[in-house]
Amino acid sequence: MSVAPAAPKSRRASKAQAIAQADASALFAYVVSLADDALVLGHRLSEWSGRAPMLEEDIALSNLGLDLIGQARLLYAYAGEVEGKGRGEDDLAYLRDEFAYANLLLVEQPNGDFAATMVRQLLYAAFMHLYWQALQTSADARLAEIAGKAVKEMAYHVRHAAEWVIRLGDGTDDSHARAAAALEELWTYTGELFEMEEGERALAQTGVAVDRATIRPAWDATVDRVLAEATLQRPAERWMQSGGRSGRHSEHLGHLLAEMQVLHRAHPGATW
Amino acid sequence: MMVVVDKGAAAGTDEGYFQLARAHRIAAAVVDPEIPVLTLEDLGVLRGVERRRGRIIVKLTPTYTGCPATQAIKLAVEAALTEAGMAKARVETVLSPAWTTDQITEQGRRKLVAFGIAPPARGARARSLFAEEAVTCPKCGSTATAKISEFGSTACKALWRCEACAEPFDYFKCL
Repeated sequence: MSVAPAAPKSRRASKAQAIAQADASALFAYVVSLADDALVLGHRLSEWSGRAPMLEEDIALSNLGLDLIGQARLLYAYAGEVEGKGRGEDDLAYLRDEFAYANLLLVEQPNGDFAATMVRQLLYAAFMHLYWQALQTSADARLAEIAGKAVKEMAYHVRHAAEWVIRLGDGTDDSHARAAAALEELWTYTGELFEMEEGERALAQTGVAVDRATIRPAWDATVDRVLAEATLQRPAERWMQSGGRSGRHSEHLGHLLAEMQVLHRAHPGATW
Repeated sequence: MMVVVDKGAAAGTDEGYFQLARAHRIAAAVVDPEIPVLTLEDLGVLRGVERRRGRIIVKLTPTYTGCPATQAIKLAVEAALTEAGMAKARVETVLSPAWTTDQITEQGRRKLVAFGIAPPARGARARSLFAEEAVTCPKCGSTATAKISEFGSTACKALWRCEACAEPFDYFKCL
C-alpha cells in the first residue's frame, strides 16, 4: 500500500523535515562506519580460527573476533532502524559491496604473520577503547548504551594485544624484526583513525559522535607506553593512507567480502 | 533487584500478579547452557518481567555482545514459558545499564567455586587498564596462581593455573 506524503504545512515545517532527514542519513552513515570497522576486523580475526600459532591464541583470537562481530550486530541493527527502510543486520553485512563499506583501511589489512595481527590489533583496540569510553556520554541514548557494552570488551582487547606486542618486540631477534616491520607497514593507516567526514563532524558538534582529535593524546600515551616496553621505535610522522570511509579501499577488502558474503548471496533468505 | 513490573490491563488483579510472579520464577530458574550450575538469576542477567497487551515480556541483558549463549538462553526462556502455558511470552534484550560480573549473586559465586571455576574479582569498574589480578584457586584455595591465557573455553572465562596444587582451572573473568 502506498500513501502519498502529506503536503508540508509550511515552508518551515518542510525545512525541519529536510534537516531531520539529513540528520538521519548522517547518523546512518556514521553508525554503519563503526559497524563496518568492527565486522571487518572481526572477520579478519576469525581467519585465524584453527591456524593460530598455539591453542590458547586460537581461542583468544576467535573470542576477540566474536566480541567485534557482536558489537557490529548491535550497530547494524540500530543503523537499520535509523534508516527505516526495513534493512536488518544481515542485509547491511552481506548485501553491500566494497564501495558501500566505510571501514578504516587499517582493519581490512591482511593478517600477515602473528606479529602483524597483534600490532594491527593494538593500534585499533587502543583507539576504540578510548573512543567507546568517550561515546558512553553520547547524546544518542542507543549509541551510549552500545558504547557501555563495547568499552568493557575493548579493555581486554588492548591488554591482550599490548602483552603480545611487548612479548614479541622484547623477544627474540626474529620476533622483534617482525613486530618492527609490521609497525612500519601499518603505521601509515593510523592517520585515518583521527579523520572525520563532514557528516560525522556535524554529529560530533551536537554531541552524538566524538571528536576524534580529542582521543589523540591518550592514544599516543597508550601506544608510546607499550612500544617503549616492547623496545620498538615509534615510526616517524609521515604521509598517511586514507579513503576507507568514502569507500575507496585497498585491494584486500573485496577478497574478504567475497569470502564473507558468498554463502548468504548464494542462498538469499536461507534460514536454518 | 526489580522483581515484577506490570503495565498491562491485568495490573492490580491477583491473577495478573500471580502469573507475572510465576513467569519470573520460571525465567529465573533457566540455566546458562555453558555454565549449567548457574541460573539466570545467579548470573544477574534477568532485568525484569512485564506484561504488555496480555503478553509476558522477559527482559534479559547480554553478558558479552558476541556470546553465542545469549541466543540459546533466549530460546530456553521462551521454551520454558511455553511449556508452562505462556506460549506468547517473548524475550527482550536490554543493554543498559551494561552487565558487569559484580551482578553475579553471592549464591552464584558459591556455585561457581563448587563447580571448579574461580569467581570474578569484585569491583569490575575499579580495575585499571594494565593492572594485574589476584585469583584464588577454586580447588585448594591457594592464591599462588598464574594466568595461562586471558581467553578460555567460553567468552567469559580465562585459563589459570594453581602453583600450589598444580591444577589448571577456569577463571570467570571480571567484566
